[in-house]
Amino acid sequence: MIAIPFQSRRKFLKNIGYISVGFSLLGACIGAEDPTIASRITYDGKLPGSIGRAKTVNAWIEILEDGNIRVLSGKVELGQGIRTAIQQVAAEELDMDLDKIQVHLAETGLTPNEGYTGASASIQNSAMSVRYAAAKARQELLLLASKKLNTPINDLLLFNGIVKSKLGNKSLTFAEILEGEQIDREVSIPVPIKNKAEHRYVGKSVPRTDIGEMVRGQAGYIQNLRFPGMVHARVVRPPGYESKLLTLDENGLMAEVPGVIKTVVKGSFVGVITEREHQAIKAEQYLKNHSEWTTSVPFPEKENLFTHIKEIANNPETVRNEGNVEAAIKGVETIKAKYTKPYIKHASLGPACGLAMFDGEVLHIWSHSQGIYPLREALATMLYMEAEKIHITAVPGAGCFGHSTADDAATDAALLALEYPNTHIRVQWSRHDEHSWDPYGPAMIVELEASLDENNKINSWKAEVWTDSHSTRPNKDAGTVLAARYLETPFTMKSRGYLGGGHRNADPYYKIPNMKLNAHYYEGPFRVSSLRSLGSFTNIFAVESLMDSLAEKAGQNPLDFRLRHLEDGRAIAVIHKVKELTASQNIAVDQGVGYAFMRYKNTDAYIAMAAKVAVDKVTGNIELIKMWAAVDVGEVINMDGITNQIEGGMIQAASWTLKEQVTFNTNEITGTDYLKYPILRFSEIPLVEVAIINRPNEAAYGVGEVSMPPTAAAIANAIYKACGKRVFDLPITPEKISDS
Amino acid sequence: MATFQLDINNTKLKVEVTEGTSLLWVLREHLGLTGTKYSCGIGQCGSCMVHIDNGPMRACLLQVENFAEGQKIKTIEGLSKNGDHPVQKAWIEAQAPQCGYCQSGQIMQAVALLDANPNPTTEEIKTHMNGILCRCGTYLRIIKAVELAAASQSKIEN
Ligand code: FES
Ligand code: FES
Repeated sequence: MIAIPFQSRRKFLKNIGYISVGFSLLGACIGAEDPTIASRITYDGKLPGSIGRAKTVNAWIEILEDGNIRVLSGKVELGQGIRTAIQQVAAEELDMDLDKIQVHLAETGLTPNEGYTGASASIQNSAMSVRYAAAKARQELLLLASKKLNTPINDLLLFNGIVKSKLGNKSLTFAEILEGEQIDREVSIPVPIKNKAEHRYVGKSVPRTDIGEMVRGQAGYIQNLRFPGMVHARVVRPPGYESKLLTLDENGLMAEVPGVIKTVVKGSFVGVITEREHQAIKAEQYLKNHSEWTTSVPFPEKENLFTHIKEIANNPETVRNEGNVEAAIKGVETIKAKYTKPYIKHASLGPACGLAMFDGEVLHIWSHSQGIYPLREALATMLYMEAEKIHITAVPGAGCFGHSTADDAATDAALLALEYPNTHIRVQWSRHDEHSWDPYGPAMIVELEASLDENNKINSWKAEVWTDSHSTRPNKDAGTVLAARYLETPFTMKSRGYLGGGHRNADPYYKIPNMKLNAHYYEGPFRVSSLRSLGSFTNIFAVESLMDSLAEKAGQNPLDFRLRHLEDGRAIAVIHKVKELTASQNIAVDQGVGYAFMRYKNTDAYIAMAAKVAVDKVTGNIELIKMWAAVDVGEVINMDGITNQIEGGMIQAASWTLKEQVTFNTNEITGTDYLKYPILRFSEIPLVEVAIINRPNEAAYGVGEVSMPPTAAAIANAIYKACGKRVFDLPITPEKISDS
Repeated sequence: MATFQLDINNTKLKVEVTEGTSLLWVLREHLGLTGTKYSCGIGQCGSCMVHIDNGPMRACLLQVENFAEGQKIKTIEGLSKNGDHPVQKAWIEAQAPQCGYCQSGQIMQAVALLDANPNPTTEEIKTHMNGILCRCGTYLRIIKAVELAAASQSKIEN
């Protein structure tokens, strides 16, 4: 579905609202020698999914009046460096300087509908769509210029926004070639693309263009967005998920808190609008203290969480069944183990924020949502409005690592803006609300059973996975946005089943003749959604822990044991690489090095990882000394960008592994700040070393999630090597390994 | 409401706010200095780090009336005119940030460290920076950036 643009896209667009910094390298030297133009090869492979939804060149690439290019991407920048990656591919195909390429990130009605920014798909979809759209644009521009200049294409050069004849006597700018039009040709194959051996940006460590403004404190986060006359609001969240508002006494509010403009009550949704932000905080507190709510359904006892999960789970569904596991297991000795993972928070450093303004006809919203089109659908349902009357602009936010609360803050702002039209309303969530209402990464149980044959190779593998949904992202089901559940006529969210990769990677990538995977879906006590790498984090923790146990039983080195079960050369290569990286380690008696391997989703990037720890057996204290990763994500777009993502992912996953769990009692969630929900800090970080194997002729896979899953297993395996204790239940805390 | 005169980034600025308002809201909302970030509001994360008379302090914990008597308040915006403070330059060179949200606080804390200790060891950097959280996990690059800045500063001095 292509969104209908608000403004006509046929005509030239003025270059607005973007200041390009620096000087162009080529463009500055007019009269200098022409650059050598890289050769092209014909691409006739598959086009990315996003092209199917936005088929024409001008859905992706616009030629601006001043000769710059504007790339329209349906993605959102959340610290993953997608803006720079997109600039790189566009600049590459159009032989332009990087700073002549602007990137316009998601806005409804303007950029393509690319669904969500998530699942590491931004490179696969958005950047690759831009590559082929830019290549097609180049082809069209050359064709048109050839006619206009009456010169064969072979005698033309295209670079930096112009097409000129090789003789140098004739030239046209892109703008002159198009005469005020945009290129509305379909992006189709075959299309000539640049020979990858001659790339000058792609595959290199191109510095990100947005870091300068970050270090000056000028980066444009949603939390910093201001409009003239803007007012502030906060929402009084109920004491529990199911609580309903009984009474609200706002009589004394105005006297107590200055600057109150309006209280909005819609069922159990209570918002308050004030002139200033700190007034909104005060007013929220006042209303909290002057309201009564029903009590919510009690949570299970924390100690009983996993028993509870098994009790409420549906009947299992067989996801994969090869060979005959039951027959293979019969009468032979197996290794069985149960692994568990608690609920984990996104814990973004930037609490959610949303802005909205209703102009009497159109509801304008600014959000750091990862999917503005799907959010628009949810809001259209909730507000009984036409989707076309809702205009959402994506604004960068802090890294949030999955579906967190951005959509909820935008929903709050939307509800309040309709009650107080023609004024921009800004809703800033508090840390407490962020930590309490975040849709957590769900708790999981993985039970594995495997057997070895007479040659000490794995003969059978059985996996049982208990999981809640890993995606409750917004869509036309309005119950996906928080506030909708508390309106007079509440929307309840429909069950999502396995949607969102709960059993992802529970069936190992290893060659095993008999394999069975059952998934048990449960709808648990907490609000949940996607957290970086979804079910793979727990599943790989389980799979790779068991691989070490099996290797031990087989009396083999853990890496060699894994290699004996792999046939894919790329998988083998990352394992060899990590072996090489760790070859020269000296390991003291209280230390251990552990390994883990994964092919993400069994179809995407490859990673082999190692962790080195020191364990104090008495106290159980764990020092995570160093981690290594050898990664193959196919074609590399930005080498340093990938390295940064992998490093950061390993640190974050180490934090999950060693520290994090949602704590609660039967009445409430208790870990509602950074003291009660600690995350890894400077004093606890390991050294990290990353090696990337670039494969320019392979598809580019997303990198954002890849380093999460093997981290927990590598650490657990290292701890086992260091002290002989195997931990099956995350997080791995000192109590679980101390001798005393 | 009361009027306070604040000395921020070497400029005297008047604000009209209620007593007890935290300096963080005054900076971000009344003065539009949004480089200083709100994250926890209760002193746990360091995103709101500013300098008061050259010492690092968490703006979310400071009440405006206590800092209106000539104390010199410095925010990330006042670190340099053109973003060319050695620490800012080192940050770019190390490509330290991911989302960047925590980085103003990290930079302010790092500047304070280097002012007091121009050549810190890695352990000293970790200890000094320990209270500033980063969810994206950029800690190692921050350490590298601080080391780069220390090296470049000592070069200037020599
Ligand atoms: S916002 Fe001040 S320490 Fe977190
Ligand atoms: S860079 Fe994202 S929180 Fe630090």
